[in-house]
Formats: sequence, C-alpha cells, structure tokens
Amino acid sequence: MSFGLFFALAGAALAAATSGLGSAKGVGMAGQAAAGATTDNPDLFSKVLILQLLPGTQGIYGLLIAFICLSQIGIMGGAANPDMPLATGLLYFAACLPVIIVEPISAVHQGKTAVASISMVSKKQETFGKSMIFPAMVETYAILALLISILAIFGVSALA
Amino acid sequence: MTDNFIYAVARVRSHELSLLNESVMAQLISAPGEEDCLRILNEKGWGAQGTSGEDMFAAETKKTWDFIRELVPEDQMKIFDVFRLSDDYHNLKAAIKESCIGGTHPGIFVSGGTIPAGKLEEALASSDYESLPEDLQAVAQQAKELLLTTRDGQLCDITVDRAALEAIRKAGEATGEKLLRDYGELVCATGDIKIAIRAARTGKDRAFLDKALAPCSSLDTAALAEAASAGNDQILAYLERTDYADAVPELKKSLASFERWCDDRMIERIRPEIHNPFGIGPLAAYILARESEIKTVRIILAAKRNGLPEAMLRERVRETYV
Repeated sequence: MSFGLFFALAGAALAAATSGLGSAKGVGMAGQAAAGATTDNPDLFSKVLILQLLPGTQGIYGLLIAFICLSQIGIMGGAANPDMPLATGLLYFAACLPVIIVEPISAVHQGKTAVASISMVSKKQETFGKSMIFPAMVETYAILALLISILAIFGVSALA
Repeated sequence: MTDNFIYAVARVRSHELSLLNESVMAQLISAPGEEDCLRILNEKGWGAQGTSGEDMFAAETKKTWDFIRELVPEDQMKIFDVFRLSDDYHNLKAAIKESCIGGTHPGIFVSGGTIPAGKLEEALASSDYESLPEDLQAVAQQAKELLLTTRDGQLCDITVDRAALEAIRKAGEATGEKLLRDYGELVCATGDIKIAIRAARTGKDRAFLDKALAPCSSLDTAALAEAASAGNDQILAYLERTDYADAVPELKKSLASFERWCDDRMIERIRPEIHNPFGIGPLAAYILARESEIKTVRIILAAKRNGLPEAMLRERVRETYV
C-alpha cells in the first residue's frame, strides 16, 4: 500500500473533522445566546433557532467534500487503489485544503456573528430579517472554499 | 472568558428592555407628585402598590444582584466585588462608630456588601480584627483606635474613605477587565476630587489632604493636595490639565452638578457595551445602569416629596443607559 491513498483519505477525513469541529463550536456559541434570549422571551424561539443553525452549514460542506473525495478515490464503493501514486494522493489532499482551513474558521466567525444577531433580535424582534444577513455574509467564504475544493477534487480525478 | 458569558449576555439583552429609558424619566419628572411617580414605577414593574420608595429601591437592588448571581457562577462573582466594596466600607464606618458609642443600631447598615454587616458589627464590638478579610483588618483597627483616642469622627471617616477608594481601584485593576479598571479609577479619582473640593471649602490643611486622598493613576494626588490647600480655584486650575478638565464647568456650578457629571461619564463609558455580545462587560454595564437608574429615581422621588421645581430636578437627572 502506498502513501498516496493515505493522503487522499486524510484530506477527506480532515475536511469532515475540522468543518464539524468549527460548526459544533459556532452552533454551540449561537445556542448559548439563543437559550439566553428565549429564557425571558420564549416567543423568540423560531427566530433564534434559525440564527443558531447558520454556522452548522460548514459541517455539512465538510461532509460533502469528504463524501466526494471518498467516492472519487474509491474508498466508497470498494474500488480504492491501494497503490495510488503519492503525487495523486497529495493532490487530493491539496484539493481538500480550502475546506479543511476555511470551513472551521468561518463557522466560528459565523457563530460569533449569529450571537450578535441574536442579541439584536432579542432587543428588536422586527430586525430579524436584517439580522439574518450579517451571519449569512460569512457563509459566502465557506461556499467559495467548498466550490474550489469540489472543482479541485474533480480536476484531480480527471488527471488520475 | 468571552465564551463563558454568551448565555448571560443574551439574558442581559432581554433585561435591558425593561431599563427605564429617557421617556420614562421624562414622565417621572413631569409627574405631579411622588404618588404619581410611584404609580408609573409600579407599572414598569418596580415594587408593588403601596411599597415605600426605600423598600422599592432595596427590592430593585436585590433583584439586580439576584439576576447577576443567577448568570454568573459563584466562583466568578468576585469580579463584581468592585461594585460592592463601597457598601462594605460604609458598614465598617457604621460598625466602628457603633462599637465606640455602644448599643445596636441596625438601621445604619446597608445590605449590598461582600461581608455581612453583622459580621463587621461583631468583629468591631469585640475588636476581633483578625476575623475580618485581610484588606479590612488594618483599616478597621486604625480607624477605631483613631476614633477612640481622638474622638474625631471626621478623621475616622477619612481613614475609612481613603481605604475604600484604594480598595475599589485595586479591585477594578485586579479584574483585568478594562471597563472595571476604568470604573475603579473613575470612582477613586472623582472621590479624591470631591474630598479636595470639600477640604478647600472648609479650609483643611495639607496634612489632612495627604491623609484623605487616595492615590490613583489619572490624578497626581500630591499636586491635587497642594492645589486644595491653596484654594478652590487652584483645584480647578489643576483639573484643567488633567483628564477631568470637562468636569471643571460642573464643579464651578456645584458639587451636585459634578456628581451628575461623574455618573454621566460612567454611563458614557459603559454605553458601547450595549452592542457587545460577549464577555463580562455587558453584565458590569447592566449593574451600573441599574445602579444609575435607581439613583436617578431616588433623586426624582426626593425632589417630588420636597416640592423641588422641575427645572432644578432636570439638572440633577442622570443620563440613561438605554
């Protein structure tokens, strides 16, 4: 067995792991704020729940990349090549890097922004629409990283 | 620390909605009498119908601290001692005087301090200073001995007041939180300014001022003492060269105006916390905002009780946090 498959698998695993960690942190932070906001005003539940969930998307993106990568390298489906060249494995790893790096960071920042937005909604419920925009802006960069990783993984597959 | 207070800050945000804003204050100011003010306050959730002003303030203060205790773990409550130390030192003065004149006078103690007033009372009555927290031991002994030997209540008071200012400043610094550090410094510096002004008006000498002024970093207490021993105008001239230059016009009006300036400056300092979703700052700001509104309502009720004109009352009303 070569190290190529190891690096490709490591890329997929890290994409799911780091994104999941970041999302857990972001959703956790927003959840604390949501709990604080609904303690005294339970009517806010549905609004703050949406804000709490926003940092959860990065975890999904990480999972998506992990699935695509596992499927492309054949781990899913049982067609993996144990002798995958090291260069190919490293290329898969590199393709996963945008997600490995950007998703956890953006999830934490989105969590913080969601906390601030929950504060905003708990003060003025009518600002809910606007308050959604601020954490959603952070999502842009999570999506950009996801796109690059998807394109890169398919690009590497085409090379292999 | 930031992550620890996310839930707490979110709850504070909800509670900030029930703080008295400028329009409620305006309603209170223009109310015809004390009864009408109490009715407005009842509608805002302050006290119950028929509750006296003082009982209402005690209940509101308790409500604030109960809420903060609900949000902050017991082992982290020490960070807020900076707000409670003044009550400890007030109780210390009361206990010293009570121990010197004998008897018990429960009405002279306040309940907001970090040490139960009863413990201070017992310690001073039996001169058991070691049962007190370390910071209070030396000042309690010194002030009581001064009162017993000189029978000079003012000397006893300035000893305790100086210790109180120093303790508040140090407690603020010890928290490592900028807001609380600034609070401690402002309380200490403005306390020194008030002492200096009063000393200048009553013709106290330099030795008195050296004993009374607590060191702080935003004022040179030696220069302030020098100015105060030379007169009121010299104090104002000295303050013009400090961070407290804005206070000079208020000091020219009256000490009451200066006190209002101090409270307004603190509100101005804490106001950015209203937009801060993390950390201990919004909690500290909420406590200060509550204290400030209670103080303002107390002023309004006292003014209504004594038939003070509305214009005079408006001059004394503090800025609101929300």
